Amino acid sequence: MTAFNPQDLIVAMPETRLAVLSLLLLLMAVSAKKENYRLVSRLAVAILAFVGVLVALSHSGSAFGGMFISDKFSIYMKLVAVTGSAVSLVMATKYLERENAARIEYPVLILFATLGMMLMISADSLITLYMGLELQSLPLYVLAAIRRDSVRSTEAGLKYFVLGALSSGLFLYGASLLYGYTGSVDFPQIAALLQGHAASMPGMVTGMVLVLAALAFKISAVPFHMWAPDVYEGAPTPVTAFFAIAPKVAAIALLTRLLEGPFWDMTQQWQQVIVVISIASMLLGGVAAVAQKNIKRLLAYSSIGHMGYALVGLAAASVAGVQAVIIYMTIYAVMSAGTFCVVLMMKKDGKMVEEIADLSGLGKSQPPLAFCMAVLMFSMAGIPPMAGFFGKLFVFQAAVAAGLYTLAVIGVLTSVVAAYYYIRIIKVMYFEEPKAAGIDAAQDNGLNFVLAAATVAVMLFIVVPAPVLESAHAAAQSLLQ
Amino acid sequence: MTLMHIGISHFLFLSAILFTLGVFGIFLNRRNVIIILMSIELMLLAVQINFVTFSSFLHDLTGQVFAMFILTVAAAEAAIGLAILVCFFRNKDSIAVEDISTLKG
Repeated sequence: MTAFNPQDLIVAMPETRLAVLSLLLLLMAVSAKKENYRLVSRLAVAILAFVGVLVALSHSGSAFGGMFISDKFSIYMKLVAVTGSAVSLVMATKYLERENAARIEYPVLILFATLGMMLMISADSLITLYMGLELQSLPLYVLAAIRRDSVRSTEAGLKYFVLGALSSGLFLYGASLLYGYTGSVDFPQIAALLQGHAASMPGMVTGMVLVLAALAFKISAVPFHMWAPDVYEGAPTPVTAFFAIAPKVAAIALLTRLLEGPFWDMTQQWQQVIVVISIASMLLGGVAAVAQKNIKRLLAYSSIGHMGYALVGLAAASVAGVQAVIIYMTIYAVMSAGTFCVVLMMKKDGKMVEEIADLSGLGKSQPPLAFCMAVLMFSMAGIPPMAGFFGKLFVFQAAVAAGLYTLAVIGVLTSVVAAYYYIRIIKVMYFEEPKAAGIDAAQDNGLNFVLAAATVAVMLFIVVPAPVLESAHAAAQSLLQ
Repeated sequence: MTLMHIGISHFLFLSAILFTLGVFGIFLNRRNVIIILMSIELMLLAVQINFVTFSSFLHDLTGQVFAMFILTVAAAEAAIGLAILVCFFRNKDSIAVEDISTLKG
């Protein structure tokens, strides 16, 4: 163990700033005479923007006796996660006010969850990983149940809590085996000890599989996906949007760092696991979503499928694969943000609605909204020239280059099945007559702005892909030196 | 002198049994959500036995430090779980596992 080094605080500057500022915001919010939700929410967005700038300017390095690492990979993933959190907060602000669910806890909890995600992405030891994972999960349980007076919301929170706690238990048991067999909790030391004799240690493989199972819970990959549809449907829509964007990015980043770092010498073992999880997620995401009527449930299955595609790139175990995962997650975050903007706008006769059938006739009543949704759905389905196509293209390319032909073929086939339900939404919007009065989009500048930005980004990716591709490549290389 | 025969494998078996009991407690229990919360605690405590055992046999303090962290987080987790359960009970007037069924499909 090393003594405290002031240099550590410079490496971990974004995290320490975010922790202090979130606590100050909480203090300010609870000590104010009147609950000022809008001010707290705006300050939270400002804090996230400030932290995003700090992340972009931060240096590579290792801190706190090697428990914390900052490299190009962590900086890139943190930027995506922090931006996702900030965007979901912007999307939520007015919606919660309209629905009488505006509480000062909401922005503060998002800040704490974001801090947890940043720790997860930067973890270089099992202890940091666990603390980050829990700091992220605990606020998420509360957020799911934030509408205390609603049966659906509290039930979603309860289900999420029980399954999340189970996954923490699995993770810890796996971590204890890893610690017992290697005698260390630091990733570089675990990697060094595994070199050459990974396969001869069944206990190590058990520990690794348990850790993988726990992280599969967090990204809602099959067979650990049971919570996702219920939680997505039951939680308030802005919370669902947040769940779909930022925590997924952080959990995939964590999984990537683990697999390409300490478990690198067990590639043969984990590759099989990831391939099976990936195929199962793509299949279920494609098939189960077809029968859904509720759009939030449909998006839950859609996100299960997307995680399957991201895992295809991870299974390739190469720089190209990691680069593809990073690009896929970036595009996925943008698409999800845009799609949830539309869901947050679905309002009929003054009440929020969630059925896909409610979208009927949107092409005539709200042409700009319908156009944005159509672009996003084409992108989710992976139809060129939208960004979603390139996300899929890169992961399949990486899989083929790594010789995983079966995986790539199944991936392409399931994306054809999945295209059916994305395009069905477009059909409902443009070719079906509205049953009752059509949707009256809620007037909300934040939502309009995010939706427009996401649509433009998805359409323009083909014109200017270089910034994302290059920084993703640099990030992937920093991970796999 | 029988104590001499207790080795690392006994501790590991104990924690494995407790952990499995915890996992089965979550899935086989059909009555009460409180029992699920107890099962979660059981799992976390089983893991701590594992950490402390390894720590002691490896002569390395890290495992015990990790156990302290788990202890702290488990307390926070239990607090949040109970709080959510109380909210759920207020809405539904029940904490039976079979009543957690509004959302499905």
